[in-house]
Amino acid sequence: MHNLTIKQMSEKLHAGEITSVQLTQHYLNRISQFDADLNAYVTVTPELAIEMAKAADEKLAAGEGELLTGIPVAHKDIFCTDGVKTSCSSKMLDNFIAPYDAHVVTQLKKVGMPILGKTNMDEFAMGSSSESSYYGPTKNPWDLNAVPGGSSGGAAAVIAAGLAPMATGTDTGGSIRQPASFCGITGIKPTYGSVSRFGIVAYASSFDQAGPMTRSAEDSAWMLNAMAGFDERDSTSADRPTPDYAAELENSLKGLKIGVPAEYFGEGLDTEVEKLVRNAIAEVEKLGAETVEVHLPNKDLAVPSYYVLAPAEASSNLSRFDGVRFGYRCENPKDLQDLYRRSRSEGFGPEVKRRIMVGAYALSAGFYDAYYLKAQKLRRMVRDDFTKAFESCDVIMGPVAPSPAFNIGEKSDDQVSMYLSDLYTIPVNLAGLPGLSVPAGFANNRPVGLHIVGPYFSEAKLLNIGHQFQQVTDWHKQMPEQYQ
Amino acid sequence: MSLGKTEVEYISRLAAIEVNESEVDEVAAKLSNILDLFSQMEAADTDNVSPMAHPLDQVQRLRADVITETDNHEKLQSVAPAVENGLYLVPQVIE
Amino acid sequence: MSWEVVIGLEIHAQLTTKTKIFSGSSIAYGAAPNTQACNIDLGMPGMLPVLNEGVINKSISLGLALNAEIGRKSVFDRKNYMYPDLPKGYQTTQLEFPIVGQGTLEIEVDGKKKTIGVTRAHLEEDAGKSNHGIVPGMTGIDLNRAGTPLLEIVSDPDMSSAQEAVAYAKKMHELVQYLGICDGNMQEGSFRVDSNVSVRKPGDPLGTRTELKNINSFKFIEKAIEFEIERQIELIESGGEVVQETRLYDSENDTTRSMRSKEEANDYRYFPCPDLLPVIITEEDIEAVKKIMPELPDAKRARFVSEFGLSDYDAEVLTSSREIAEFFESVVAATDAKDAKLCANWMTSGFAAALNKDGLAVNDAPVTADMLAGMLKRIMDDTISGKIAKQVFEAMWNGEGTADEIIEAKGLKQITDTGAIEALVDEVLANNPSQVEAYKGGQEKMMGYFVGQVMKASGGQANPGQVNKMLKEKLS
Repeated sequence: MHNLTIKQMSEKLHAGEITSVQLTQHYLNRISQFDADLNAYVTVTPELAIEMAKAADEKLAAGEGELLTGIPVAHKDIFCTDGVKTSCSSKMLDNFIAPYDAHVVTQLKKVGMPILGKTNMDEFAMGSSSESSYYGPTKNPWDLNAVPGGSSGGAAAVIAAGLAPMATGTDTGGSIRQPASFCGITGIKPTYGSVSRFGIVAYASSFDQAGPMTRSAEDSAWMLNAMAGFDERDSTSADRPTPDYAAELENSLKGLKIGVPAEYFGEGLDTEVEKLVRNAIAEVEKLGAETVEVHLPNKDLAVPSYYVLAPAEASSNLSRFDGVRFGYRCENPKDLQDLYRRSRSEGFGPEVKRRIMVGAYALSAGFYDAYYLKAQKLRRMVRDDFTKAFESCDVIMGPVAPSPAFNIGEKSDDQVSMYLSDLYTIPVNLAGLPGLSVPAGFANNRPVGLHIVGPYFSEAKLLNIGHQFQQVTDWHKQMPEQYQ
Repeated sequence: MSLGKTEVEYISRLAAIEVNESEVDEVAAKLSNILDLFSQMEAADTDNVSPMAHPLDQVQRLRADVITETDNHEKLQSVAPAVENGLYLVPQVIE
Repeated sequence: MSWEVVIGLEIHAQLTTKTKIFSGSSIAYGAAPNTQACNIDLGMPGMLPVLNEGVINKSISLGLALNAEIGRKSVFDRKNYMYPDLPKGYQTTQLEFPIVGQGTLEIEVDGKKKTIGVTRAHLEEDAGKSNHGIVPGMTGIDLNRAGTPLLEIVSDPDMSSAQEAVAYAKKMHELVQYLGICDGNMQEGSFRVDSNVSVRKPGDPLGTRTELKNINSFKFIEKAIEFEIERQIELIESGGEVVQETRLYDSENDTTRSMRSKEEANDYRYFPCPDLLPVIITEEDIEAVKKIMPELPDAKRARFVSEFGLSDYDAEVLTSSREIAEFFESVVAATDAKDAKLCANWMTSGFAAALNKDGLAVNDAPVTADMLAGMLKRIMDDTISGKIAKQVFEAMWNGEGTADEIIEAKGLKQITDTGAIEALVDEVLANNPSQVEAYKGGQEKMMGYFVGQVMKASGGQANPGQVNKMLKEKLS
């Protein structure tokens, strides 16, 4: 059952060949069977899932089912879920049961998608390997010695191992696309503002964007249709009609102009990865597309710019974790400062603390101009690079990450090298553009993704390209043997 | 750029995060590495570039001045570490 | 050599919206703790602000009243510091691009006019309240007030005495209430005045200032500033130095004392709030506000003098609040503007005294504008005298009916019949021959005595003008 596409599942559910309860139970069984090794879920919610599945079956029986009704979903543990623990994989929120649902959770509940559980992640979404979780690292289903990527590593792993058919993720600097690449699945970060941030625990507000993580581009299109849309509770939500992201899936790619940025194929890119990405681009060319060389000259400035701005926003966003209204509170605080300093010191892990500290420093008197303001200017330069590039092409293609998944522990002691593993995804977040990762082969038996970036609100086009690519390749259909 | 103990203490105070004596050196070293990454920005010429705070050139939408929230303090306080008489408790603050 | 005093004021005016600046929670005063603090006000994880449209027009109207520039692109920033009454660990405020820019306000002290610069006015959210002593050894936090919209109005350091500072604060207090953007309730903290005070020798650079906070009456603001000026001068003259700090006024001992000084200066790390976008205000938005702006106090005062011939003093009193001014104008209109001065006299004396006695606001008075006008019309058409009117007014105030009903029921109609008055006059003159002699001998003040006697004889109902006229005729 877990090898069906979403559309096939939906057809079977609507035809009454399977029930949502059966489908949901199937995934719950697989979670029991496999998740002990993977550690991809922080929380599994079997009772809630079955209860929701029953409701979905009634909806289907009444002929009120929508395309995704009855298909279960796993939420990254950064989406607030009313009545279910939302930890952000942090000790700080280990006891936090959100008294409300995130907008995305509400949307998917309305459709009737049973919630299987909450997936593991880097603490507060700060990381590229899912190793910084308070609940221990998630493992890559393709190789248990490898990281699944991050921060949405748990979500990527559950899709790769067939422990959920669909999962939500968030992407602040690459946190959907990089784990999608590392785990051989499909993930799209939509244009900033497409999906409401309401109820998503904030990391860096002007970057955070939620998106679907699925097996195929087609599945992602269906899921994005359910997730996206204007939300008046989020001031940065794009106030525009929600497009049908699946509408262009079958379009021909004839005449498509692919920009290939020279800077994305330079020093530091694994040669195997380069080969796979170039092969993939060649595959798309066979479908009628042509390539043009484009330039993104400020690419190298994107990483420092991002690591100033995102921690700066985070340092402020995470000030609310003070041990007063929710979350972890230290034992017997002797005074107010002690309450703050110890609750935060004991509740946050090392990488979160580092980013809060570095972010506070970047905003502090004397450094604001040199760090924060400078980084904001570079942000514009990076965005302008894309604007210029899109004058001569429809989309840009390149690698998602410089290498396939690295080993657990390999980079956890060297932040800067960890930061640099997002050098191809970060510029897209700085600009707020949409980016898609689709599986494009294997290097040393670990998956590698193709990165497709488009102009603002071009998700349907990106998914069209991904889908057409997936009609002529089968990387996205492959699963690690033990989970087949 | 290399941070010393004084800077780490200052940052620790800004961030309201305790850094123990035994951690200071390691924190200083790791933060310094990150600041080295920041120093790559120095070379870039940004003289005629205006800062960009938001990815989309949108303007603020306004909410009608209508009461939409009702008393929900019992549920909201169910996740609070220390509450009494409807008040959130903190160690005594002297003003 | 004398000292020069430099004072600047920061006024926090709570805007009269129904809901908070960034959430749909009520801002009504006095609710049980935390019952008006929703997940957004509490800074719960994942919660986001959406700006209340009510704060925009209110800010624009103040800007227009101060002849200030309106910030066409207004930006919200975060001011970062952690305190229990500040749930998010930052206050959303405006730093670089406030909604109201440089403007002015004219004040008057001892008949001298002075223009005070207003540096800016910016929108921000209020903090919650800390309660001490309810739970022993702990501070209890109530976040009902957190997120209440404030307009912080910052003056230039243009005031050079406590009197000027209070005149400015009062004028601003009157203005925000006129505009209907703030209820001005100082006890409930809707209008809070912080004073920055420093002294220097003329020609010297600005001295170190202290800030006086949380003073909830104009009287105490004046006293606190006066005390602080003296304290600073004495300190410097005895070789000391003023420390930049916040000081609290102790009204019982008429003194100021230092607030426990913070260990180190705050580093607020302001930066643009990434959850909010720039607010754009167009020419049309401003025009729309202009159309619904009420007439401002200064303009109204001038008009009352020119249009109704009132004295400056009466105009001042009758424009001291928008409600009083509107009441007065309704009375004038209902009497067809025949005698605006008479209306003014009644409002500033009898009516004002009655309000005062019962502690009522103008719009809560048992005598409405129409009722007062009904009575004044009867004075104007000589149905009753001014003296009888006092009796009528009291009866109206006690709920006995309209002026006409009371005049009818009590038979208070003035005697205007010439024959009847003549009979009374003749009787009085006949009964007081020696006084008549005295008058004729040159003691003209006797006329008052005769009028009084005739009025008395008529039970107060004779028309005093006619009585006067007839007495003069008879005695000539």
